[in-house]
Amino acid sequence: MSHPKSVHPHNAEARLEMLTVINRAIAGAAPVEKPAYPRPQPLSAAEREEQFRDRILDYRAHYTRVPLAELPQAIAASLGRAQRVLVPAGIPADWLPAGLEQLRDEPPLSHAQLDRAEAVVTGCAVAVSETGTICLDHGAEQGRRALSLIPDLHVCVVRENQIVQTVRGAVERLGLAVRAGRPLTWLSGGSATSDIELVRVEGVHGPRALHVIVIAE
Amino acid sequence: MSGLHPKAPFPKAAEASVNQPQLRANLRKVTHTIRAKRAAVVAELPYWEQLRQLGAATKDDSLVNLSDRLLELERNVQARGGQVHWARDAAEAREIVARIALAHGERELIKVKSITSDEIELNQALEEHGIHAIETDLAELIVQLSHDTPSHILVPAIHRNRAEIQALFNAELPGEGGLSDNPQDLAAAARRYLRHKFLTTRMAVSGANFAVAETGTVCVVESEGNGRMCLTLPEVLVSIMGIEKVLDTWEDIAVFMETLPRSSTAERMNPYNSFWSGVTEGDGPQEFHLILLDNGRTHVLADEFGRQTLRCIRCSACLNVCPVYERAGGHAYGSVYPGPIGSILTPQLLGMHDKNANSLPFASSLCGACYEVCPVEINIPQVLIYLRNEGNAHKGPNAESLAMGAARVAMSEGWRWEGALRLARLGQGPLVRQGEISWLPGMLAGWTEVRDLPALPREGFREWWKAREGSRTVDANTQAGPPDIVQDAQNRESPPANVQEGGHPPAGQHGQEGEDHA
Amino acid sequence: MKVDLYLTCVNDAMFPRTGQATVRLLERLGCEVRFNPCQTCCGQMHMNTGYREDALVLARKFVREYEHAEAVVMPSGSCAAMVRELYPQAAQWAGDDELLRGVQALESRIFELSEFLVDRLGVTDVGAYYPHRVTYHPTCHAARMLHVGDRPLQLLRNVRGMTLLELEGAEECCGFGGTFAVKNADVSAAMLADKTRHIQDTGAEACTAGDNSCLLHIGGGLHRLRSGVRTVHLAEILASTEEEVFA
Repeated sequence: MSHPKSVHPHNAEARLEMLTVINRAIAGAAPVEKPAYPRPQPLSAAEREEQFRDRILDYRAHYTRVPLAELPQAIAASLGRAQRVLVPAGIPADWLPAGLEQLRDEPPLSHAQLDRAEAVVTGCAVAVSETGTICLDHGAEQGRRALSLIPDLHVCVVRENQIVQTVRGAVERLGLAVRAGRPLTWLSGGSATSDIELVRVEGVHGPRALHVIVIAE
Repeated sequence: MSGLHPKAPFPKAAEASVNQPQLRANLRKVTHTIRAKRAAVVAELPYWEQLRQLGAATKDDSLVNLSDRLLELERNVQARGGQVHWARDAAEAREIVARIALAHGERELIKVKSITSDEIELNQALEEHGIHAIETDLAELIVQLSHDTPSHILVPAIHRNRAEIQALFNAELPGEGGLSDNPQDLAAAARRYLRHKFLTTRMAVSGANFAVAETGTVCVVESEGNGRMCLTLPEVLVSIMGIEKVLDTWEDIAVFMETLPRSSTAERMNPYNSFWSGVTEGDGPQEFHLILLDNGRTHVLADEFGRQTLRCIRCSACLNVCPVYERAGGHAYGSVYPGPIGSILTPQLLGMHDKNANSLPFASSLCGACYEVCPVEINIPQVLIYLRNEGNAHKGPNAESLAMGAARVAMSEGWRWEGALRLARLGQGPLVRQGEISWLPGMLAGWTEVRDLPALPREGFREWWKAREGSRTVDANTQAGPPDIVQDAQNRESPPANVQEGGHPPAGQHGQEGEDHA
Repeated sequence: MKVDLYLTCVNDAMFPRTGQATVRLLERLGCEVRFNPCQTCCGQMHMNTGYREDALVLARKFVREYEHAEAVVMPSGSCAAMVRELYPQAAQWAGDDELLRGVQALESRIFELSEFLVDRLGVTDVGAYYPHRVTYHPTCHAARMLHVGDRPLQLLRNVRGMTLLELEGAEECCGFGGTFAVKNADVSAAMLADKTRHIQDTGAEACTAGDNSCLLHIGGGLHRLRSGVRTVHLAEILASTEEEVFA
């Protein structure tokens, strides 16, 4: 996939000079000791779920917690009247409400087609209770990045055992995916800006609504 | 955009801005609001100080191994199908971006807010090649449409109010004209304008908040979703990063994902963080270029003390607590890096011989608020003091340095100092009216513009002390021992409880041994 | 206890009453106060204005003159911070190991006045009487470099006859910053304007602090405004008694 022709011959010269200057600058520098990562008091699973809910609501996103059996109804409720719902290939069939008008990314949809979708349903890789963050690693239950970006409503299903307490915990769980070269998207509430007089406006370019559904275990 | 080079010395630029009511009001509001929010979210983490230390050490570790880290990053980005370019200065970086765009025949590209791209003045350079760069961050779009420059790292258009933005969008955005001044409406207009651009533009340019050497991963943090759009939808992506942004391992990213959002937007986490490693087949841009930019950073690196500036993660917490920034505003700093961090970073990148930039280290009362909030423990006040010395060294002898030298000589011996004080008491005569001085000449005139100065007293402490010493023997005999209040305190457990309430330990060991007046 | 009073150059030149008050107060609390007439200046002005070599001359002088002191008390947070925080750093910049060792040996015996009273003497009620309405400005270097915390407030809350009024934006710098006040006179004036406004809003007769350089600045502004509010050093309030009210 690479296009070596666009790397200019000057690049080698710049690279060599920069590395030389850097090596001179850091010559003899003492090695740095990194202190241990601080960890908070661990929360129980119930406390984590409670904290996660609190954070999600604080971001003014929607939050529901249901047993697996009621997931289809919960998804249907979140979707409301949305038509043309994107469903990544790996979403288990028993998650979905009957009669849903599904849009599949096989073969890959064009940007224009994606733009006509009104909602997307995805799973996630891991979630963080302390910050209310949902991490996608764009595996089969989440689909490629564009799917969860372009539609205006994102319904994201989180299994309870995917909720970890800390950012550090999530980073550790994501290590395998990153080392396999997968991209990540972290979502903490919906798209927002405070660029005009520091007034918070929700829903700029990303999905304007985020619905989080936790499967109770 | 002015890039890095201030066009005027700080005091001259600030003279104009302190008297702009709208600017002062906006700045007061934004700085105080974010200040309070930040304090609240930081207080949620009882181990915040440990996170700061870890963040500082993580950055230092990368800096002292920088060449290895960059080579590892290059190797891993290439292994995942990306291309890596090295740029010694702004011009080289600009040329690389332009060349990539021209190779694809692109005349228009979309941009994620990137201070690094502003530092190298990328947009103007692209225009010269006939390539139009569209800023997609709301504030950057406002700044771009009004041919203005950013004034804050996080909220670049904070010097603009809603009425100004309303007029601008009604005039400049195609199809608009009837927008209200409601921020919701204005943001919606930006969404309408940009959505089509996101879906159809084939090339994007971004900065990078972090890069991970071990995995070749680049990270961009943002709020609006314009970042995700630019990083995901185009076919070609070019990311420009300062060489100091590289981290060692994937796990190193964690501490910054905790400290950056809380310090920056004062949120537990900002809405969107994107991470990608080279090219992912079937997902996102299929051509990825990473530009590693020096542009003065290696000079900063070479300075063992000043090197700590390169830890900066561009959170802007120091701006929001700085009393100077709050009153002078970002433009007074004349660089894309304003506020306390700009006061050290700009002159360090340019070198202290730049006569406008070297006024920046003096643009601080050394109150220390910036250091207190810095998530990577950059001791900005000490670096300022360090740079002031460097700056003076470049200036050579002048009235101020001669006065300082004279003061040092007078202060080098007690008897000289006493003599100097006596002389000053005599010499001040013509300036004193009713015990106050309301006008001073030359370098000191700035003081008496808005302040009076009490006249030196006719008799100083030394005269009082000497007179007292004369009759001292009698006094000393009447002082039998400490009063009860102190004896009580000394008989208590050490230290007394009220000391511990203070929150910080005393400076030294204050045991009760050595008390000699039992 | 033998205490060396380090008066500081600003007090030496301009505020003899602060020195006198410190002596009275410490003696009242049973200390034997000494004043070394060789003292001049800690070098803070030189250091903070970027004249490190000049400052180092004064730093070496200080360490030489006080290396055997039992306790050095300074009625100034910024001078104590200079010695404890900046001397070691300046010694490292200059590669002066002898100075560094000297400062490190001396550091724990350097006290800002409120630290000395609260931590070393263990006293928060010094038996003071001051029948005025007063507001307190925590100075930057005492707060952020020395971390004196609420020690001055603990002392002030125990002063009889005094009404202590809370100051809005107390922790914000007054805009002095040494030569900053003249080099960046406009921004400094803007900072001072907010500080004097907040002080006047309290309705206090006087503003106190632990550092006369900041009070020189604040007081200069209040006087220019003809506000009728004066400044008074913490030591002068604490030294005041029913028999003799200072200032």
